[in-house]
Amino acid sequence: MPKTKTLVSAFAAILLMAGTASADELAKYDVVDMAIPTSLTGKAGDAAAGEKVFINRKLGNCLACHQVTALKAQPFHGLIGPTLDGVAERYNEGQLRLQVVNAKAINPDTIMPAFYRTEGLHRVLKKFDGKTMLSAEQVEDVVAYLKTLK
Amino acid sequence: MKFFWRDITLAVATLSVAVGVGASSANAADWGPYQVEDRRSGYTYMTDESRAMQVDTFQNPGMLWVEEGADLWTTVDGKAGKSCSTCHGDAAESMKGIGARYPVVDEGMGKLKNVEQQINSCRGKNMEAAPYKWESKEMLSLTSYVNHQSLGLPVSVKVDGAAAPFFEKGKAFYYERRGQLDMSCSQCHEDNAGNMVRANILSEGQINGFPTYRLKWQKPGSTHRRFRGCNKQVRSTPFGYGSDEYVNLELYVKWRGRGLPVETPAVRN
Ligand code: HEC
Ligand code: HEC
Repeated sequence: MPKTKTLVSAFAAILLMAGTASADELAKYDVVDMAIPTSLTGKAGDAAAGEKVFINRKLGNCLACHQVTALKAQPFHGLIGPTLDGVAERYNEGQLRLQVVNAKAINPDTIMPAFYRTEGLHRVLKKFDGKTMLSAEQVEDVVAYLKTLK
Repeated sequence: MKFFWRDITLAVATLSVAVGVGASSANAADWGPYQVEDRRSGYTYMTDESRAMQVDTFQNPGMLWVEEGADLWTTVDGKAGKSCSTCHGDAAESMKGIGARYPVVDEGMGKLKNVEQQINSCRGKNMEAAPYKWESKEMLSLTSYVNHQSLGLPVSVKVDGAAAPFFEKGKAFYYERRGQLDMSCSQCHEDNAGNMVRANILSEGQINGFPTYRLKWQKPGSTHRRFRGCNKQVRSTPFGYGSDEYVNLELYVKWRGRGLPVETPAVRN
């Protein structure tokens, strides 16, 4: 029984950490030529995990706005953003990373949320204030997933 | 509505109908009074079923609240021993047009007031009765009843003169981004009206049908409940019911729907 307990609380801790990097622990990054060339975590992301974050409605929820043919088994792809089919051919990894981290650095008027930013936001609900939408690791996983969309 | 991110997990069962009618054939369709120039009521983005439900008085579930409001209209309440009808008589006469032209500037308050606030002001000053709580059954019923007296009349709010500064504030609010998702009303309802966000079709966010009966809630909701819901969807701290911010926003959004018919009680998903 104690074994299960530890497992459960470890799981809860992971859930709490997910998508909640607070301002002081934000990974630093450099923008070079409209791209973030290096990984936020220093490691390559995991594309399979990234696909899950991409789909998950409480995390990336990218399908709220985008369409991806490879995910056509998922119901309801939004029509607000462009299709991401072939996106890896249009952009390099660093450009994809900046698009996910802070799409507004590329197009200040875009509706696409910044998934790794805490500054410059207005009246954020308390439970999300000072937190990023995705963790650095989740951003890297999503970038790895985007790289599979050829 | 909780959060946008969660909300859109609730698939609209009749999606295909909504897409067919609301989005693809948008330009081709003749929406009659529900479209004025480039402005379209939320009605035109709904499913055929909800539209049919709305226009049939016997099927429209919001009519139960209207009927309840009719009872409250003539019910004496408060220390002054009066009902609404003591002062205003037949609502079909005296309340006609209110739903089309509110919110208005209240000179005494020096700011805008909407229908809910007018009702509570009458209850206080004229009836010496306790105010109704926002979203209470009584408030939803009476606002539904009052606005229903303007059914079909074109929305026409005064936005110049004393109303101008409040209109400008409401407009600024509409274009201001907020929340963790950093989105403005305009980004969804102006830039993307007609587009799908997952299973939901975005409408222009018009308020000519409020209080609207929401099938999802099985009850009506006020304009301010909707504003709060949309703020929370983008993970932004909502303002209070009856706050100046929302009443100003109400005037601006109402103006965006100028000429559209009052539809109260509208039926929405
Ligand atoms: C609320 C809408 C919305 C959400 C949610 C959203 N995006 Fe976007 N995205 C857009 C729009 C609109 C564009 C078009 C470019 C612009 O507006 O600057 C875009 C552009 C992109 C592009 C560039 C595509 C191209 O061909 O130019 C990529 C890559 C991208 N998004 C990935 C993502 C990922 C990954 C997620 C989730 C983690 C996501 N988006 C979530 C709206 C959204
Ligand atoms: C993330 C996108 C988004 C943002 C931002 C947003 N809304 Fe909405 N809103 C929706 C969705 C989805 C619905 C339900 C479908 C519809 O009617 O458009 C909705 C519905 C509405 C409705 C109901 C329309 C009807 O006919 O019943 C109103 C009114 C409204 N929004 C006003 C606003 C206002 C005012 C703001 C800014 C404070 C705002 N919305 C911000 C997504 C959004």
